[in-house]
Parts: sequence; structure tokens; C-alpha cells
Amino acid sequence: MAEIRNYTMNFGPQHPAAHGVLRLVLELDGEVIQRADPHVGLLHRGTEKLAESKPYNQSIGYMDRLDYVSMMCNEHAYVRAIETLTGIEPPLRAQYIRTMFDEITRILNHLLWLGTHALDIGAMTVFLYAFREREDLFDCYEAVSGARMHATYYRPGGVYRDLPDTMPKYQPSRFRDEKDVARLNANREGSLLDFIWDFTDRFPGYVDEYETLLTDNRIWKQRTVGIGVVSPERALNLGFTGPMLRGSGVVWDLRKKQPYAAYDRMDFDIPVGVNGDCYDRYLVRIEEMRQSNRIIRQCVDWLRHHPGPVMVDDHKIAPPTRERTKDDMESLIHHFKLFTEGYCIPEGEAYCAVEHPKGEFGIYLVSDGANKPYRVKIRAAGFAHLASFDEMARGHMIADAVAIIGTQDIVFGEIDR
Amino acid sequence: MTERNQSVLAHAQQLFGDAISAAREHAGALTLEIRREDLLRVCRLLRDDPDFAYVQLIDVCGMDYLEYGKSDLPGGGTTGGVAPRRAHPSRFGVVYHLLSLTHNHRLRLRTYLDDEMPLVPSVTEIWNSANWFEREAFDLFGIVFEGHPDLRRILTDYGFIGHPFRKDFPLIGQVEMRYDPDKQRVVYQPVTIEPRVLVPRVIREEGFAKG
Repeated sequence: MAEIRNYTMNFGPQHPAAHGVLRLVLELDGEVIQRADPHVGLLHRGTEKLAESKPYNQSIGYMDRLDYVSMMCNEHAYVRAIETLTGIEPPLRAQYIRTMFDEITRILNHLLWLGTHALDIGAMTVFLYAFREREDLFDCYEAVSGARMHATYYRPGGVYRDLPDTMPKYQPSRFRDEKDVARLNANREGSLLDFIWDFTDRFPGYVDEYETLLTDNRIWKQRTVGIGVVSPERALNLGFTGPMLRGSGVVWDLRKKQPYAAYDRMDFDIPVGVNGDCYDRYLVRIEEMRQSNRIIRQCVDWLRHHPGPVMVDDHKIAPPTRERTKDDMESLIHHFKLFTEGYCIPEGEAYCAVEHPKGEFGIYLVSDGANKPYRVKIRAAGFAHLASFDEMARGHMIADAVAIIGTQDIVFGEIDR
Repeated sequence: MTERNQSVLAHAQQLFGDAISAAREHAGALTLEIRREDLLRVCRLLRDDPDFAYVQLIDVCGMDYLEYGKSDLPGGGTTGGVAPRRAHPSRFGVVYHLLSLTHNHRLRLRTYLDDEMPLVPSVTEIWNSANWFEREAFDLFGIVFEGHPDLRRILTDYGFIGHPFRKDFPLIGQVEMRYDPDKQRVVYQPVTIEPRVLVPRVIREEGFAKG
């Protein structure tokens, strides 16, 4: 009789379903995975070491590039760590703006996750739908920061600037006539808040569309129900956080349990799963989008009626306005100091976490009193999730490995750092 | 000290006694310094004791305190002319961040390691999430975790030499890659870029930014 042996297969790093640069070494018995060994680090840039060589504010831009589908949430954790160590408290309006943009970011992230996850499993349409809505949200990013993705909008002590009163508009061109442009600009006539409000009016309907395509879809269920089941005990032991943990039925959300920004003033619910499989995690994320929509609406409503400062008035941390540097010597000195040397943070250490769309994203910041951090440790949610890939994929087929990668919502910017 | 931190500290001191070499609170967070020999015993109880119930290990962070408190100013100290102080008893350390869901509390553990041979028992058996975090600390700092099931490099390239996050490892690295048209393959060679400092590291005594 011929000898039967397991064989080893390489998956990635250049594979569309590997969500970036994941290399998997799979040990297979037929089509069943016996052991999976993810090789990561192909996108390792040494962000933490780079941050040690720069003044604090110059690293905010690096945070955007960690998890490059939920940019502002990364910034939030870093900025909060600095605020904890210096003891500054951003104004309430800034807290609301941060809350609103955190939730916009959550929708952005979940839309990309939904689109690519469905695409991996074989549903093309959802991807196109999800990217249609992402465009609108990117326009919000652009209106507020000038950049569509890497915003660098949150700063220690608040946010870079207040929300704009106008939205950028489409211009007529050879390809778009006046009528087209007028239709596209219909919801851009007012302020950014009006645009976001209009979006939140439409968005629940969009989520219904995705659900029509997927939730009761026979093929979708066959590919996700009972795949990658994680019990609550294992989920805790494996360091799962965010939707991965809630999908297993553990009620834990930092926005509720350890509120930051303005989350303690928000009214929203935490969806949890029951079975801990890919399908439950899908339902949890879908419901999270609806809840995010609710939070955004509350923020817009509050922000409309409460104008005020969006940055602390302490020029040791936040730069003075451009106008003031022109006739005030003190302001000029502050401006010069901040942009040449930065600010020193008192000696100490802090760990600050936010409920990132993927789970708990934390920054452990150690300062020895200098103008640069002594050590920045980035705790990425995806790192702990991918570490459990071996356990989740064991005994499943190769095709299910793709579903599990999808459900873990892997992004290599944050895993490899 | 907050109430919860106080009760955790009191309970820990009662249970572990000498195993805790120091305890301090900073910015609302409690840090316990654990002797390396007692780490496993302490961690197991921290997870299993219902008064602690730190069921989640959120993060494991390697530390290199070689240049702690040193600046680029003449003399290496602060602007007040104070020489750098030695705030940490040894060069290497490992920092653990624990989370208790039932008590909604975070705890930070720190253990200091030997300068020459940084060795620490692995907590992978207690919290499985430690697996990759410890591999990362091994890769970047050269900290060896005893009893780790699979201690390999994780983030750096295959065949990488050195531990890049140590403070004596240059930011620019040791080697660079380029395509050699004669050999028709990619070759490694020592870096040709001069290291430079754009913004010097400064420590201001007067509390430039106290909030």
C-alpha cells in the first residue's frame, strides 16, 4: 500500500484572499487543514522604533498607517495616551467630534470588511455596494482634514480644526454635465454636519440592502455557519477583543465599560453573538454599523447646538493660531518651540486603549521626560486574532481558511506595524 | 490611589508577599514589579483567584532601559544639568498588561531580567494569547522565554541578524538590500546611509509641558 502523508502547502503572500501580505504554511491531509502556520512581518516597518526617534506629534501620522482602514481610531489611542500622561483634557466639543469620527471610521472599516469578506467567499455585489458608501465617508474625512485616508486629524488636546461649514462640491467637466453635477451636489449644499446627517438618513437602508444579499443567503450561510467556532472561554484566553469576542457571546465593549471621549453620553446597544462562528460575527458587525449610525446621529445633533473650542488653550501643547503669531511675541515663541523641539512629557507610563473597529487597540507609552517617547508599544487587535488562526482553522477545509481570515478582519498595517 | 487599585494591591501583597518587589500607581494605573522567579506562580493566581480574575492577557511588551533618562544634551542629562539617573535596576524588562472583565480593572506587571542573558519564564500556558507577543519580544529584543512552545522570529525577515528594537541597534539598521546586475540577484551589504538626528532628544527639568 502506498504511504499516505500530509503535505504542506504555501498560501500567499501574494494572494487576493490573504488580505494583504499574509503567508500561510498549511499542513494538509487531503483538503483538511491539520496545522496552519501564519508567517507575518512582510509589512514590518518598525513604527514603534521610528516613533522613538521623533517628537510626539510627528508620530500621529504613523498611527494612520497602522490599521489603514480605520485611521482615526488609531490616532485616538495614541493621542489619548499623550493626554493621560500630560493630564490635559480636551474640550467637550472635541470629544464629540472624536466620537463622531470614531464611529464614521467604524462604519468605514466594517464596510471594507463586509465587502472583502463577501468577495472572498464569492459574493461580488456587496463589495461594489460597500465601496459606494465608503466614498461618502471619505468625503467627510476630506472635508475635515484635507486627506481622504490618512487624516492626522486628532491632536493631543483636541482636534486639528473645527468642522467646516461647506462641503467640497463636484465641478462640471467634459464627462459630467450640469445636470449630473447638480444631482451629485444635492446633499453637499449645506455644512459637513448636514452632509453627515443626510448620510445617516440613507445608511440604514443601505445596510438593509447588504442584509438582503447575505443574511438569508443559502450559500453565505453554508460558508459561514459553524465555521471557526470559538467558545467564550477560549476567546478570552486567546486575547480576543472587539467583535471577535462579542461574536462568542462575551458582553464586553470598552465604549461602555471604560468610556472615553463622549461615549458615556451616548445611547447605543452592544450586539453579541451566540455560537461564536463566522456567521455570528458577521451579524455582530452588521448590527454594529447600525449602532454606529445611531451614535453619529446623536453627535451631529449635539454638535449643531454647541459651538465652542475644539482645542485646549494651552500653547505648551497646542500651537497658537497663525494670525496670533504675527503680532504676539509669546505666540511666536510657542509656535517655534512646538515645531522645532516639540513638548516634553513628564516621566511616567500609560496604557490607553480604544474600542477600535477590530477590537482593543492600545498604546503603551513610556516617557522618561524627553520630547520623544522612550518606548511606544502598539497593541494591535489583529495580532492576537491572527495568532489564533491555527486553532480556528484546524480541521476545516482550505476554502474555510479564507472565510476565517475574512472573519478575523485582518489588516497587515497593524499586525506587522 | 483609587479604591480598586488599593484593594488589589492589598490582596496581592497578602498573597504574594516578597514576590512583589515594588508597586506604584501612575495616571490611575497600578503597576506591580514581580520577581522573575515568582512570575509563573503570581500569574497563575492572578488569573484563577476570583478576587483578581485577570482572565485576559492584553499585551506583552519587551523593554530595553539602556538609554532611559539620557538626552542628546551635553552631558547626556537634563537641561538643569542633572546627570541621567538610573530609574530601572536592570537593562531589560518585560511588561504585561492584564485585564479583568468581571472587575473591569487593568493591571500592569513588570519583571526585570538579567543584562547578559535576558531570560524569563513563558506565560503561554496560563494565557495562550502570550504566544505571539512573546515571539515578538524575542524577535525585537532578544528576550528568551523559557518554556515557550515555538520561540521563533516573527516580524523581522527570514535570516535577520540582531534584535532591532534594542537601544544599541541603529535606527537605520545594519544592512541594506540592492539588486546586483552582475550577480543577477538581490544582495545584502552594509548600510551606506549616515545616521543622523533631525530633532535632538531633550529633557526639560522645568516641566515645559505640565498641562
